[in-house]
Amino acid sequence: MPQTSLSHRLPQQAPAAVITARDVVKTYGDFNAVDGISFDVQPGESFGLLGPNGAGKSTTMRMIGGVSQRTAGELSIMGLDPDQHGPEVRAHLGVVPQQDNLDEELKVRDNLIVYGRYFGLPYSYLRPKADELLEFAQLTDKAKAKVDALSGGMKRRLTIARSLMNDPKVLLLDEPTTGLDPQARHILWDRLFRLKEAGVTLILTTHYMDEAEQLCDRLIVVDKGKIMAEGSPAALIREHSTREVLELRFGSERNTTVAPELGGIGERLETLPDRVLIYADDGEAALEQVSNRGLRPITSLVRRSSLEDVFLRLTGRSLID
Amino acid sequence: MTEQQPSQVPGGQEAEAASHASAEPAAGPAQAPEPDAAAAAGSVDARVPAQLTLREVDALTRPVTGLRSPLTPLQSAERARNFGSFYYMEHWLRQLRGYGWTVLMTAVGTPLVYLFAMGVGLATLVDANTDVSLDAGNGQAVPYLVFVAPALLATAAIMVASEENTYSVMSGFKWRKTYYGPNASPLQSQQLVNGHSMGVLARLLLTTGLYFLCLVLFGAVVEPTGWVMIFTAALAGMSFGLPLMAYSAGIEEDRGQFALVQRFIVMPLFLFSGTFFPLDAMPLLVRWIGWVSPLWHSTELGRVLSYGYAEPLWLTALHVAYLAVLCVVGWIFARRVYIRRLGK
Repeated sequence: MPQTSLSHRLPQQAPAAVITARDVVKTYGDFNAVDGISFDVQPGESFGLLGPNGAGKSTTMRMIGGVSQRTAGELSIMGLDPDQHGPEVRAHLGVVPQQDNLDEELKVRDNLIVYGRYFGLPYSYLRPKADELLEFAQLTDKAKAKVDALSGGMKRRLTIARSLMNDPKVLLLDEPTTGLDPQARHILWDRLFRLKEAGVTLILTTHYMDEAEQLCDRLIVVDKGKIMAEGSPAALIREHSTREVLELRFGSERNTTVAPELGGIGERLETLPDRVLIYADDGEAALEQVSNRGLRPITSLVRRSSLEDVFLRLTGRSLID
Repeated sequence: MTEQQPSQVPGGQEAEAASHASAEPAAGPAQAPEPDAAAAAGSVDARVPAQLTLREVDALTRPVTGLRSPLTPLQSAERARNFGSFYYMEHWLRQLRGYGWTVLMTAVGTPLVYLFAMGVGLATLVDANTDVSLDAGNGQAVPYLVFVAPALLATAAIMVASEENTYSVMSGFKWRKTYYGPNASPLQSQQLVNGHSMGVLARLLLTTGLYFLCLVLFGAVVEPTGWVMIFTAALAGMSFGLPLMAYSAGIEEDRGQFALVQRFIVMPLFLFSGTFFPLDAMPLLVRWIGWVSPLWHSTELGRVLSYGYAEPLWLTALHVAYLAVLCVVGWIFARRVYIRRLGK
């Protein structure tokens, strides 16, 4: 059996990639949801997939998760092909889906135990493990509550706790904090960061740039099923944006008329309906140049370039299209 | 954490750390975040400067995922391949426990209501009317209650099956998406079909078992072979439920299909399957409803078992075969639909 030989080989495979994807394609009808993407994820790494809605992030996650079969390309998770070894691949993973699919008819703690049973784990392990993870998810008080009674943030934390029942080394998170309030997001980030510290490999999709900057060591920006850029958040900002951004507001009507007068300041200029962005390594100097030309913006703001600038540049301004 | 800084850890957390340690598999120190990082305990503590608050120390040193799984992922996968259907059945039965009271009340209440209505009410009328002859097939007439009892039993099974294979299937795929949780685990789609069906079978047997006891109490069973009806009625439930499950699993949008199933399939089956009067009493035009109906086949089987209704042996065999074929065909289609839909 290949499985038995693998079980001996896997521990020594540690330095090899946890996930290898080569030209992976997923087609629905004649639509390529994922159109030939390639990447590697190393053990212990936090790897992000960024992209607008419909970019193919969730489809990619479902293929990695050994649930959805790919149309073409090579994919290996822990050295296993998910299309042939679905149960084996899924046994390695913890999965946090985009939409919570907890069993609302069961109590909070039972949700964890029932899920752990799917991995063939004995109750002698599952009971203390469920208690441990309830504490990790700050839900100990809610152990006997019905899932219905939980807030959105609590459900999300319970879903994460559930994904950890099998003690996975690799965690897939599909938009883990979408729809949560800031407090709930920060609690979740803290929990995820702790998992990362404990050596768990995190693979997450998000369209929150701050989340990607907080959690990801490395990320790919995906749009229309293709990879637009790859690198660490800092490297992507260096590569695709300037160090600083100067934001000027002249009032909705005037932004477009003033823009031509700003030519030559900074490296790049972008006119949005509500503001003008000047990409420059020194934002203050750029602002000085603007006032030297006799232009008086209503407000001005110099900020550091963020992943959001990279993202919007690579995937297009959603405000405009 | 227990050795390096016991004085810093409040009593409650110390006790808790100890309980974690005792529940831990023997290998490795309890607080090691990684089993292979035997030195982790030391290195974690080395990171803790003295000025941190107790809460921070606790946060830094507490194992995030302390308890190690006793199985490797490949062992887990192997167990799931072998026993996954049973794991899902466990889940299903736990869900059932959530509305266990309703299940029991339905299982006991339904027969009581029907038996009073039929056995005490309608039967008095029918049995007093000498024009109506309910022939047992051997020249002897049977009381109306005895005649109708196997049909009521099989009907109860079909009602339960239609309840469990419509809305709850739709809920798994669409409303609550509860199928997508196990779908991400080592379980396989077809194991959800199996586990669900085994759970339904358990509920059916509970229902028909209790129903049978009520029948006995009302004196509606004559022959000692009557108890076998518990299984033939459950078989009727499965033979109706499995194809219905396949149908429900294929529905993408709820446009009231289940209400239609109830009104235009379940109800006519209930009325025209030789339930309240022999199928022969019906014109040929509607008699086919009985022939295709699992309810009729199960009812006829029940009559053979319950009061020795005389019919050719080949017909009895046909009843069993028909019900079994419906089960198998329904199961094959349900598997196919689940695999296709969950693997998208």
